[in-house]
Amino acid sequence: MAERSFAKEVQKLKQGEGETFTGEGILAITKALLENGVGYVGGYQGSPISHLMDVLADAQEILGELGVHFEASASEATATAMLAASVHYPIRGAVTYKSVVGTNVASDALSNLASGGVTGGALIIVGEDYGEGSSIMQERTYAFAMKSQVWMLDPRPNLPSIVDAVGKGFEMSEISNTPVMLQVGIRSCHVHGHFTASDNKRPAMTVTDALENPKRKLDRIVLPPATYIHEAEKLTKRKPAAEKFIVDQGINERFGNPAGKVGLIVQGGTYNTVIRALNRLDLADIYGDTDIDMLVLNCVYPLVDQQILDFCDGKDAVLIVEEGHPNYIEQQIAHMLYKQGKAVKLEGKGMLPMGGEYTGQVMVDGLGAFFAEHAADLLPVAKVATNEEPVEIPDLSQTLPARPPGFCTGCPERPIFAATKLVEEDLGEHHISSDIGCHLFSIMPPFDLGATTMGYGLGPASAAAFHNENKGGRRSISFVGDGGFWHNGLTSSVGNAVFNKSDNVIVIVDNFYSAATGGQDILSSRADNKTKQTQNSIVTAVKGMGVKWVRQIDRTYDVTKVRDTLKEALTTEEEGPKVIVASSECMLNKQRRVKPEMAKAAKDGKRVVRPRFGVDEDVCTGDHACMRLSGCPSLSVKDTGDPLRDDPVAAIDQTCVGCGNCGEVADAAVLCPSFYQAEIVSNPSESEKRRASRSRRIISWLQTRRDAKRIAFA
Amino acid sequence: MNMHSKPIVARRSPGPDGEKIITLAALAVGGQGGGVLTNWIVAVAEANGYRAQSTSVAGVAQRTGATIYYVEMCRDTGRMPVFALSPAIGDVDIMIASELMEGGRAIMRGFVTPGRTTMIASTHRIPAVSEKVAPGDGRANGPEVIEAMGIAADHVVAFDMETIAKKAGSVISSSLLGGLAGSGALPFPKESYEEVIRASGRGVEASLRAFNAAYDVAQGKTEAPVLEEAPKAPVPVLHVPEKLKKKWAALEARLTALPAEVQDMAGLGLKKVVDYQDVAYGAQYLDMVDKAVALDAAPYDLSINAAKYCARALCYDDIPRVADIKTRATRYERVKGEVVVKDDQVLMLTEYFHPRFEEFTTTLPRGLGRWVQKRKGFEAWYEKRFDKGRRIRTDSVPGFLSLWVMSSLRPIRRRLLRHESEMAHVDAWFATALEVAKTDRKLAAEVLANYRLIKGYSDTHARGLSKFAKVMGALDMLKGRDDAADWMRRLRTAALDDVKGEKLDGALDTVRSFAA
Repeated sequence: MAERSFAKEVQKLKQGEGETFTGEGILAITKALLENGVGYVGGYQGSPISHLMDVLADAQEILGELGVHFEASASEATATAMLAASVHYPIRGAVTYKSVVGTNVASDALSNLASGGVTGGALIIVGEDYGEGSSIMQERTYAFAMKSQVWMLDPRPNLPSIVDAVGKGFEMSEISNTPVMLQVGIRSCHVHGHFTASDNKRPAMTVTDALENPKRKLDRIVLPPATYIHEAEKLTKRKPAAEKFIVDQGINERFGNPAGKVGLIVQGGTYNTVIRALNRLDLADIYGDTDIDMLVLNCVYPLVDQQILDFCDGKDAVLIVEEGHPNYIEQQIAHMLYKQGKAVKLEGKGMLPMGGEYTGQVMVDGLGAFFAEHAADLLPVAKVATNEEPVEIPDLSQTLPARPPGFCTGCPERPIFAATKLVEEDLGEHHISSDIGCHLFSIMPPFDLGATTMGYGLGPASAAAFHNENKGGRRSISFVGDGGFWHNGLTSSVGNAVFNKSDNVIVIVDNFYSAATGGQDILSSRADNKTKQTQNSIVTAVKGMGVKWVRQIDRTYDVTKVRDTLKEALTTEEEGPKVIVASSECMLNKQRRVKPEMAKAAKDGKRVVRPRFGVDEDVCTGDHACMRLSGCPSLSVKDTGDPLRDDPVAAIDQTCVGCGNCGEVADAAVLCPSFYQAEIVSNPSESEKRRASRSRRIISWLQTRRDAKRIAFA
Repeated sequence: MNMHSKPIVARRSPGPDGEKIITLAALAVGGQGGGVLTNWIVAVAEANGYRAQSTSVAGVAQRTGATIYYVEMCRDTGRMPVFALSPAIGDVDIMIASELMEGGRAIMRGFVTPGRTTMIASTHRIPAVSEKVAPGDGRANGPEVIEAMGIAADHVVAFDMETIAKKAGSVISSSLLGGLAGSGALPFPKESYEEVIRASGRGVEASLRAFNAAYDVAQGKTEAPVLEEAPKAPVPVLHVPEKLKKKWAALEARLTALPAEVQDMAGLGLKKVVDYQDVAYGAQYLDMVDKAVALDAAPYDLSINAAKYCARALCYDDIPRVADIKTRATRYERVKGEVVVKDDQVLMLTEYFHPRFEEFTTTLPRGLGRWVQKRKGFEAWYEKRFDKGRRIRTDSVPGFLSLWVMSSLRPIRRRLLRHESEMAHVDAWFATALEVAKTDRKLAAEVLANYRLIKGYSDTHARGLSKFAKVMGALDMLKGRDDAADWMRRLRTAALDDVKGEKLDGALDTVRSFAA
């Protein structure tokens, strides 16, 4: 898969009993799956869980030895539906995706899976992308657990706890016949630490065994009247079994002094931040030893009423530390306490912010406020008042430029949006629907293109309402990536547009990979892949869907061609959706592939051409029009040092990969002639060298002749 | 959202044996190798008997956005401390910023605390897109950030670590590690850092060079590379053929007659103009400067601006000019250096040209050019046949020759259509400035500086001209006011700030409102 090798990580998956595993959280989970006899693994890549998928994709050999089936699912719905293998068969299965977006896509399958329940342990590892640095909308997966009645683990964020949660999750799933979600935050996924490994285990039953011995049980199939039985089972059998497991196994942990008059109920995932805040308030040491009574919920759903009530018993006040909104846990606990007529003061949101990540200072402030109000005697005097006079630090907010993410150096998507800008200069502004993927960076400067993004593969679908009554009127433009196209776009976007006779324009940005999630292969990838069937044409698929007007552009850097094609699509009289497939390889992946190849070829004495762009600073006038159509990291500004000039000129640095965008844009937009392309030939042939030196001599002669007659800079 | 007006200032307390958790955050621009740096730091800590943990939010790390890495470490006493997963406001011991503005961002985010934080920052700049797209100079104010570091941090180690890394043939993660080691903020010996770099196995020698160079600067053993406000270009040297030496000497003699304040700029301007055209053009230039001087007095700001902007106005960018620059011997050598061509390699050079009908006709002699401009049929034919991008290989004889021929139009430039329109424009502008100078020298200096607005080629050039016209249009409203010069400058700045001209329109509205 992709052009990256995870051979090093794969070696870690082979570690056995007693060895110390070192690595990041998501890799620890991958190892834990194998240690717990998982029979099959699926999922859809996305930060922060991509690494799990990537490593398993490279680990075919050990997966084969163990009899574990792994596949990269077409979508999160596919992944979740895959867990159907654990419905009738006692096989442990795990799937993974980014949440909450992935869970949204998965929710149809999740409801069906949860209704019938499972026989084998079914684990859904959700990478919860919430808080600072998140790339998606801020929602909680928790609601899905509640509505579908599946259980949710949220272990303390250290490797041993996370690894333990994998095994416990499988057991809990089997005991309660319910799929279990293992929620890991983005920082937990990327946390580097250690744990003691165990031997990998072959599954007791493999998927091959199951296929050879098919089984079905009518009462597990989601059809009335079984569905009514399923609902009753959830309430009377499965949930009580889960609650018993939680208590028996000590899933939730108690720290501190149980006699304390105040207490904290915290989600496992927030434990480290809570302890740090307590430490900063002088209420805990650096190892987490504290007198403050704490109930750490490593399982956040379901909550065990009795456990919570016991904890609250005899306390004056309890603070719920629950990140995200709505405050589902707090509401449930309030409900328990109220029903039991308890008088303990319940605090949570309000003392802590309603939304947003509970970062260090937020936690210190929230806990500080809680103790100040309910147990002021616990707080050292110094911590109650804000007694340090703050130093006035200059406000830099007007100085610092924002640094939003953008297209990489040489990105093939940049010229597509440069061309779109040029089309808009000609035909005016259009309604543009964007999609999820790297191409979404078009909404940022310098392009500032795109009005909405509605979900993966839904770019064109989100333009569905825009039907123009005027035949020759303006059309909408929508973008979808190749990843989104295969995930959902083919039917939801393209099929829908065909069926409903949409006249709008759809641009499919094809960069040969699911690039934004780390360069995984997809159906239309051009590389040969031993375990996947790649090289399936997007154009053929689109035509198969019934699109009549399709244009394929094989080199997106041809800005003039992209511009003219887009213009044609916006003005043609042909009816139905106009689809442009704009294809060029993701430069990040291409460089990973090509760079070592080129270096090797050059070393072996083969002829290698390395392209680069440059700017003649005497020709550049410093108006920066080129950058308004580019935003390439390697194209920047620099001072000339010439007192006759005021403004910095354009300059291209060493990171340039020579993609050609600069020259093409200057050409298509008729900007200026300051760009040049330099091609450096290593190991040129003898005749090439001779030709070059002959040309140099003639050119030199011309130059000398001219210079003899004029005053010029030497 | 929170009930507190001020955040609680709370410090970490040490463990039973006095062991302390050290917190270290690194703010980097995507693609700078922040991951490599944090892995090294963790390895150094573990090699010194510390426990360590690192985290990152790497979602868009590769894609040029700002990314934060976080490391905690603590002397190993046999138990695992509870490490936090993200930096907290007021709780960072060591802040590493791999770019100047990211250092500023760390301060704004509250990660740099007086009396606590050691700030290790590279002072080089990677301009953000918003800084690059301004038609003028949109770059952020660097010295302000450096000053803020001095106030916010307990200890500052700030110098250009990017240049150090590049000189060593390495990348910035190596020099940042050197800065960290040299700062003494971590209780680890230098050798342990070097061991870790050696163990990493790739590009070891270059990494060690960069590490050591940065270490020495951080220790104060060597000078940091000087951060210049603006690099000084070497004073250009003119090659004067024997036959022209006398004429050139006469021009140089005229320079010495100018007031001392004006001589530097006029000297540069004169060289530029003569290089652009010929000795007679230089004399024409000095005539203009003389006229400004005649109306000026110390400190001669008007004359300095005249010297600067007349040189620019006279050296407009036309096809012979571009062709000339692209076919010079010095240019070929410069490109070779820029793109790094070794002796056994061959360089191929492709120029991107797109001459439109306008450029073609204005490069014709006046009469012919005007006649052709009126032939609509010819224009249509030209556009169909020639109005497209051309790639010209200037390393090959045919490609070079085609540009060389165009550059040979220089001697007849004065007869070309473009020259006529340019000179009409320049004359009107300069006459206006001189007229204004009789009553308001400061304003006249600003009028001269407005030439800065004219730049670019084709559409961009046209946009520049229209902005110039707009700004100059405000002159009548401003004349006679005490703050006229100031407003003229503000209008120009507004015009340079954004492309669409909205800021300029706003500023013009203000001018109109007080003129009414």
